[in-house]
Amino acid sequence: MIEHVVLRVIARLLAPFIVLFALYVQFHGDFGPGGGFQAGVIFASAFILFALIYGIEHARQIVPPAVAQAGIGLGVLIYAGTGVAGMLLGGRYLDYSVLADDAGHGQHYGILIVEFGVGVTVAAVMITVFFTFAGRRGVLEAREDTAVPPDGDEER
Amino acid sequence: MGEHLPILQVILPLIAAPVCLLIRHGTVCWLITTLVSWLCLAIAVLLLLQALDGGAVRYQLGSWVAPWGIEYVVDRLNGFILVIVAAIGAVVAPYALRSVAEELPERQIGLFYVMYLLCLSGLLGITITGDAFNVFVFLEISSLSSYALISMGRHRKALHAAYQYLVMGTIGATFFLLGVGLLYLMTGTLNMADLAEQLKPLAGSRIVLAAFGFIVVGMGLKLAVFPLHLWLPNAYAHAPSAVSVFLAGTATKVSLYVVLRFIFTVFGFEFSFAGQPFGPALLILAIAGVVVCSLVAIYQDDVKRLLAWSSVAQIGYMLLGLSFATALGLQAGLLHIFNHALMKAGLFLAMGCVFLRLGSCRLEAIAGVGRQMPWTMTGFLLCGLSLIGVPLTAGFVSKWYLVLAALEKGWWPVAALIVLTSLLAVVYIWKVVEAAWFRDPPGTAGRVGEAPLVMLVPLWIVVAANVWFGFETSGSVDVAKAAALALMGAVE
Repeated sequence: MIEHVVLRVIARLLAPFIVLFALYVQFHGDFGPGGGFQAGVIFASAFILFALIYGIEHARQIVPPAVAQAGIGLGVLIYAGTGVAGMLLGGRYLDYSVLADDAGHGQHYGILIVEFGVGVTVAAVMITVFFTFAGRRGVLEAREDTAVPPDGDEER
Repeated sequence: MGEHLPILQVILPLIAAPVCLLIRHGTVCWLITTLVSWLCLAIAVLLLLQALDGGAVRYQLGSWVAPWGIEYVVDRLNGFILVIVAAIGAVVAPYALRSVAEELPERQIGLFYVMYLLCLSGLLGITITGDAFNVFVFLEISSLSSYALISMGRHRKALHAAYQYLVMGTIGATFFLLGVGLLYLMTGTLNMADLAEQLKPLAGSRIVLAAFGFIVVGMGLKLAVFPLHLWLPNAYAHAPSAVSVFLAGTATKVSLYVVLRFIFTVFGFEFSFAGQPFGPALLILAIAGVVVCSLVAIYQDDVKRLLAWSSVAQIGYMLLGLSFATALGLQAGLLHIFNHALMKAGLFLAMGCVFLRLGSCRLEAIAGVGRQMPWTMTGFLLCGLSLIGVPLTAGFVSKWYLVLAALEKGWWPVAALIVLTSLLAVVYIWKVVEAAWFRDPPGTAGRVGEAPLVMLVPLWIVVAANVWFGFETSGSVDVAKAAALALMGAVE
């Protein structure tokens, strides 16, 4: 869709605002509606919009699939690592109170970091899912070229 | 570190999984997986010992106090199940190295271990948690990862099998969640111990009855109770060999544990058995499952498929013990969970070795393999004897207690049926033994060697366990008895 000027310009204009909104939902999530899940999806949607307009190849240059896949694991590690940090600082797993000098701040830091981990994983999963489905087109076309019988019982 | 054992049990594999995802290198991931699996087994054993000594081991996540926060509780029952799951995991992990390298494309091997660790973590989490909703979360972790694991099977049919399991498993998980939601509606709590207290005055409620139905049927789907079992044979038959071993030894057992936990601890013995014809219904399904699935197993010509059908039949024996609604019956059922994990893991381990060498587990393909792979097939034979219930093997012990429990109730026909259906097991195990030893290999096949040591050693550890727990019954029987009494005692 790169030949449509309106779509191209609007997508360029919108993408930073979508990302900004994602960050707002992410880091304001403990005071208002929001949190890592929503923020991750919104963040990924900016990227998916870009990929729809400018093509999957451009999108792959910005976020290589390997980076997106690493993000999936990284987010989980941030979450679990926060829990382990609580354990190492003398509390129980996921006990945020020990993360700072007083319990209130500790809880605040804890939930911010954990939600950030959630956001990273959700955004990375959404992008990876998009890549996987969008990338199927090339795979399917290649398969038709080599003419594999569709119902064959061949080994994969 | 000692007080953190309950959480380490779950988060060790849960953290190792994303680490493996970042590393992606097959052999390194395998090393991490094996290390974590053995650590998990050590932790599970320590936890069981603690639970047997004193009362239940409790752990509050995030230091939030019990009815509000999520609490992990290890008592005799789930300590026992934890050890079973972790032990099977510890045996499968070293075995997977060669088996997975052979059966999966290079680029998927790292991901295989990620999924395997997630599945292990999910199964351990379901078992250890004392929170009803947390069970659902871990159920989803273990289920989603097992769908992915099954779909990695070499044959295209694996995808179909995984999809079939995904549809059935999702329905099961949804039913379970509906049940938990209804309980939350009635009581406002999700903590199992608290639920049990709050549900006592609500025994006559239709909504609680509906919740009971949803939870039992939902878990029944995951457990492959007789009419809900159709996903299981395909899933076990087409999954990679290491996955078949792991799931056959753990997944259905953990689901059965959830059923036990809910009907005894949460709903209570009175509500489950006295208030409604749950026992008789279970008895009929269990007997139908044992008879029908044993008969179907006889007519299979793929050994993995045959073993899968036999698994459904063996689940019938476990439910049979439960349906007696006595301490002895429950003990027999729990014992069979343990022993069946041993024998079915052993049988699938042996078939994995055969599959590695022959690329097939069909009866005509394995003709004559007994003379070419004597160690593997002797292991298969010994585990098969255990499955049949021959004296001096683990299988005999649980069958013995099942018969005792049936006689205690005065149900002679049921006792006779247990013995008769064991003869059906003789038939299908004999089919494999006959093909492996008494038939000549197909003319086209070249000679194959014995399986590599890294696969034989796990197999023979399991075989030795099958024999050991047939002789030295005090360990397993006493723990099962303690767990059964704790379950029955909790309600009196």
